[in-house]
Amino acid sequence: MSNKRFTFDRTSQMSDMLTTHPMLVMLLPRFGLSLGFGDKSVGEVCDMAGVDADFFVLTCGIYATGGMVPDKARVLSTSLRQLVTYLQRSHDFYVNSCLPHIAGHMQHIAERLPERAGQALLQFFDVYRSEMKEHFTREERTIFPYITALQDGKTANTVDIDAFLANHERIETKFEDLLQIIFKYLPHEVANEEDTLNVVYDILQVSGDLRCHAIVEERVMVPYVLWLESQQQ
Amino acid sequence: MSKRVVIVESSELIAAGMSDVLSDSAHFKLVSTVSDIDALERRAPLDRPEMVIVGNPEAVNVQALRSIVSSDVVLVALVYRYVSSAQLRRFDAVIDVADSRGAIIETLIGASPAVDDNVDDNAGFELSRREIDVLVQVAKGSTNKEIAEALNLSVHTVISHRKNIMHKTGIKSVAGLTLYAVMNNLI
Repeated sequence: MSNKRFTFDRTSQMSDMLTTHPMLVMLLPRFGLSLGFGDKSVGEVCDMAGVDADFFVLTCGIYATGGMVPDKARVLSTSLRQLVTYLQRSHDFYVNSCLPHIAGHMQHIAERLPERAGQALLQFFDVYRSEMKEHFTREERTIFPYITALQDGKTANTVDIDAFLANHERIETKFEDLLQIIFKYLPHEVANEEDTLNVVYDILQVSGDLRCHAIVEERVMVPYVLWLESQQQ
Repeated sequence: MSKRVVIVESSELIAAGMSDVLSDSAHFKLVSTVSDIDALERRAPLDRPEMVIVGNPEAVNVQALRSIVSSDVVLVALVYRYVSSAQLRRFDAVIDVADSRGAIIETLIGASPAVDDNVDDNAGFELSRREIDVLVQVAKGSTNKEIAEALNLSVHTVISHRKNIMHKTGIKSVAGLTLYAVMNNLI
């Protein structure tokens, strides 16, 4: 985890924030924001796009610090109407963009390994990929509609959020295993290919992203759901 | 060297009792008692726990907990009300409020790899021959009990070996260890 400090808020210049923390560029599409904001502040850019600036800044803080847990009081004082849209877009990004991209690299590496090792590598990745999709789909079918219903003041089916938290697997763990193997244990002739370095970089990137995503779900979404539930009573 | 222990327990009564039992053994040194996981996380860099004893283990996200403390920290569930067995399996050891003082200390010592004298020299990052034997069994899908029987070891020793393997390779899942074994022509 990085110890970078994050000192930006809605009054900061957007370009300034992104220059200091370049990886935040990846978050823009998930909030429906796009480049071309000139010298506008974070708040102005968000307001123009109809995005809750406080929620955007909160999420940026988690990502910029490599997963620092936000203060609970701050989470609960943030408007989180757009949380589900954001989480759904993040899932779509992982499933439709990250995973196919890495799968292409894996195929390439596997072709150059001895047959049995190549097959084992692809199989590991395939299993991981379907587990990850399943994990997302489960959330999209249970928790997300539940949050939307609570936001609309409806209490149809309840979801046990404590059970969710207790069983929330850290899907990046297996990804990190894959990284360790590629990092440390590939045969020398394959390990030095440019492609291998690319995939190591991509996996590092995505596993860091997933770690932050888990923090958003566990430390932003869960307290928010508990709060919404308490408002109902 | 005594192990640095942190107790996570919101009941002062239970925490005080646990602390008293720990004081029986020179193997353990209680560094702090906190009321919840958030507090543990805040204090972890300071406390540097080697063992965390968690009261009310049902409500705890063990994977999240493992990501807060370093991966070789021994996680102990302290049971005094119903906890599902699936949840208990996520911990390295389980103590029950009805256990005797002696039994509790024995369990805690059994769960601590460094206090276990059956394990090979742990220096360096290369897997030892015994660790490779255990790894191959893990990759074949054997349980700890089956591995213990096949290699004529105690279950505790198998667990210690597994921890060392995870520590040395950085690989935590069984699927990952299996891939490691194939890549290195061990199976």
